[in-house]
Amino acid sequence: MPAGITPVVMPKWGLSMKEGKVVDWLVADGEEIAVGTELMDVETDKINGAVEATDAGRLRRRVAEEGRTYPVKALLGVLADETVSDEEIDAFIGSYVVPADDEDGEAEGGYDVLEVDGIRVRYSRQGSGGATAVLLHGFGGDLDNWLFNLGPLAAVADVVALDLPGHGQSDIALPGASVEALAAFVVAFLDRLDIRRAHLVGHSLGAAVAAQLALDHPERVAGLVLVAPAGFGPEINMDYIDGFVRAAGKKDLKAVLGQLFADESLVSRPLVDGVLRYKRLDGVGELLETLAAGLFPAGRQAAQPGRRLDPRSVPVTVVWGSDDRVIPVAHADAVPGGATVVVLEKAGHMVQMERAGEVNELLLAQLG
Amino acid sequence: MARTITMREAINEALDQEMARDQSVILMGEDIVGGAGSPGEDDAWGGVLGVTKGLYAKYGRERLLDTPLSESAYIGAAIGAATCGLRPVAELMFIDFMGVCFDQIFNQAAKFRYMFGGKAETPVTIRCMVGAGFRAAAQHSQMLTPIFTHIPGLKVVCPSTPYDTKGLLAASIRDNDPVIFCEHKAMYDTTGDVPLGSYTIPLGEAEVVREGADCTVVAYGLMVHRAVEAADLLSTESIECEVVDLRTLSPLDLDTVLESVEHTGRLVCVDEATPRCNIAADISAQVAQQAFPALRAGIEMVTAPHTPVPFSPVLEDAYVPSAAKVASAVRRTLGKE
Amino acid sequence: MADNPFPLDRDRLLAAYRTMRTIREFEERLHVDFSRGDIPGFVHLYAGEEASATGIMMHLRPTDRIASTHRGHGHCIAKGVDPRAMMKEIYGRKGGSCEGKGGSMHIAELDVGMMGANGILGAGAPLACGAALAAKSRGQGDVAVSFVGDGASNQGMFLESLNLAAVWDLPAIFVVENNAYAESTSRTYGVAVESYVDRAGGFGIPGVSVDGTDFFAVYEAAGEIIDRARRGGGPALLECEMVRFFGHFEGDAQTYRAPGEQDDLREHRNCLTRFRAAVTETGVLSDAELDAVDAEARALIDEAVVQALAAPEPTPDDLLTDVYVSY
Repeated sequence: MPAGITPVVMPKWGLSMKEGKVVDWLVADGEEIAVGTELMDVETDKINGAVEATDAGRLRRRVAEEGRTYPVKALLGVLADETVSDEEIDAFIGSYVVPADDEDGEAEGGYDVLEVDGIRVRYSRQGSGGATAVLLHGFGGDLDNWLFNLGPLAAVADVVALDLPGHGQSDIALPGASVEALAAFVVAFLDRLDIRRAHLVGHSLGAAVAAQLALDHPERVAGLVLVAPAGFGPEINMDYIDGFVRAAGKKDLKAVLGQLFADESLVSRPLVDGVLRYKRLDGVGELLETLAAGLFPAGRQAAQPGRRLDPRSVPVTVVWGSDDRVIPVAHADAVPGGATVVVLEKAGHMVQMERAGEVNELLLAQLG
Repeated sequence: MARTITMREAINEALDQEMARDQSVILMGEDIVGGAGSPGEDDAWGGVLGVTKGLYAKYGRERLLDTPLSESAYIGAAIGAATCGLRPVAELMFIDFMGVCFDQIFNQAAKFRYMFGGKAETPVTIRCMVGAGFRAAAQHSQMLTPIFTHIPGLKVVCPSTPYDTKGLLAASIRDNDPVIFCEHKAMYDTTGDVPLGSYTIPLGEAEVVREGADCTVVAYGLMVHRAVEAADLLSTESIECEVVDLRTLSPLDLDTVLESVEHTGRLVCVDEATPRCNIAADISAQVAQQAFPALRAGIEMVTAPHTPVPFSPVLEDAYVPSAAKVASAVRRTLGKE
Repeated sequence: MADNPFPLDRDRLLAAYRTMRTIREFEERLHVDFSRGDIPGFVHLYAGEEASATGIMMHLRPTDRIASTHRGHGHCIAKGVDPRAMMKEIYGRKGGSCEGKGGSMHIAELDVGMMGANGILGAGAPLACGAALAAKSRGQGDVAVSFVGDGASNQGMFLESLNLAAVWDLPAIFVVENNAYAESTSRTYGVAVESYVDRAGGFGIPGVSVDGTDFFAVYEAAGEIIDRARRGGGPALLECEMVRFFGHFEGDAQTYRAPGEQDDLREHRNCLTRFRAAVTETGVLSDAELDAVDAEARALIDEAVVQALAAPEPTPDDLLTDVYVSY
């Protein structure tokens, strides 16, 4: 890398992303960029998102053209200070070669399948480092809920993300319709992967599962990061849950998914498509009904493991969006003392997506 | 688990999964196994283009019936069996062969429920190959979908991707009305991401495959791909098209088309079927009737010409609507051509 | 008590007579009412052919299916469709077999195995192959019967069905009701072979021909082939040779007939008088018993007409219903 030049490249969001389409530049030539500045909107077949700057500097050249598609790690722009000449930047751009993708190019995009207690689950595992992090998504979600978090985390840790039973591309089957049953399943999953101890990062239902697991097997849990967690109070937006289960077409589903975000424009076509494809799998409808009935009888959260955590024995970080319409941020008051609680303003329930940069920082702090 | 498979494999998978799921599903057609009574291999063909290959090994000749060359008898038998508790999937090899069995389809299957005062159900699926581009000439290349959409009592499906194909075929088989399921022969080798497990897509639901504010382009089957190609080309001219894939032709999801035209104000209908009374004409008339105030320009239709399908490759290529022709039509709605 | 030389007991003989008489009364009444202009559309009357439907249907159970022709009233009644529902249907009223939406040519009652009269000649044959295929898969010995006329016996679909049934070894019975005329065209003109038995043989299936006005001949021949089909013996063809009393359709001037032909038929080829003679001469049934059945049948038909005329007409909403199961 020539001195003083920092490339801005197409990020890899999730394991299967191969390319992204640059929709819009959000900054202009010559602007001073800070870490976390949103540089451009990119559309992939799974999600629309903003590319955030991972480095600071002056944006000397915007290489990517709006409306064109570029492979992961393609050069999108160049940051450099004044000491670098335009000719040097031209030369850098001219000689830039897109590095080959790390993955083997298998059709499945680097995922694996494991059978645990008779249920096959899909998972991804990437990165290496001292710590192991296991990411658990929420009700109706899948491991792609962590699309913006996997890459940055994998830079410093061994990161495992799992499609819970009945979700994503795992078998449409449940070990039981309760937080306890799911926690027991995750322990069995960890056993199969020989993961003795890990940081558990859970979102929504996944956070309650993580908390339950920490209560049942504290020796397995190095730390908890609970994002917009269930398990800290009885209230839950049953309009959202019921709406999610019942939505049969794109329009209905788009309206329901809007409740997940503070900024509803983040509900893109690829996101809705992905969820709809999942919901249309045989058996998913009944499974989600069964799960919802088990988790939220009479419209209230049955299990509240979060309130029984002891942050002195297992470090706990809780992140919530102030505008969470699914699980009220007020539940953060029930987080036991000694935990770190961060509330992000103007963020909704999918805070790990809406405010990926800040959530990643918190995660890296926990794992580092 | 989703993986990349061909449309042919998607059809095979849907048939396999539906047969596993429901014992009353049987398949019949000419050479769907192949080699019946012949001295060589059983399962010699698995269908003329290999779509049903391998199913015989799992289900045997009890549930996969090779038929004599006798469409009116075996299509009629499939229909009759459907009224008696079976759920047959009959293959009419080429939609062009409808002439020799059309009575059973349009006078019998389509009309039982109505004629018998609501007391009959005919859950038959008739799969057929449609479309040109194979150099198969006039009698093996037609897009006769409009003839079937015209008949009350029939449902007509024509998917454009492997994902849609598997989900719509499963839904068609589970549907309790007679469904004509059209497979474009030139798309059998196209690939796409398809879940391994079974799933259904509702009939009568169109899909907006590409969003855009300048012009609505409605298409089905192979023409969806031409429409998307045209849209990509027009994007470089700063024209953004909204492409609507009808997926099901009857019942028709006109609402999705109308919603799109309400915000673009322009409509181009692309149809591989010949122009008189085709799907493009049908949709154009309905949109003109129901959304006239929203239209900012005359409606354009891009269709095959009023001719049989020619054999010579250069002629056949001129016959099937191209992305360039679709793009021209879009420009015309914008006064740019 | 007289010895009973017939293959049916007294009760069944009476039932056979009742069925034939009910059909005759039904058709005769329609003939009269149609000529007054009371009945919409077309009717095709079965009078003179009763023994064919009855002799065959007495071997069938509700799970056996039949596919009929445009001339289907006799098949319907013999298969167990309620004449009152039929009459309402013919008058286009709600409560008819098809809620008034099918009419005479499309009467169906799937619950009793009547797959429908059919306005397309020969179309029932492939459908019956389908019913036979379903029966075979159920494995309970059910059969399917397809009725065609001498005219429709030339239809491609019918001939294809003979082959298909043979190739797939289906429990399908093909009945050719040769009533001498295909509309106005004589069977001798329209059918190249002398005997349908030869045609059957040409397709590789057994065939038998009987006098269709002789109930007992039909009953015996039908019994044999139906039984064989139930036991897995495959398809067969039965020709019932007879002549219809009325025209192809009501309103047919029938100028293609020989002078005095109809009177002659009623005299010499009348299955009802023939049956009566056979059972009374042997003393198995009495004239009085048969007369009582006549009266009951007439009363039933009278009642059917009264009910039909009183039944409500379909509403404008009914026009749009039941095109699909779901749309």
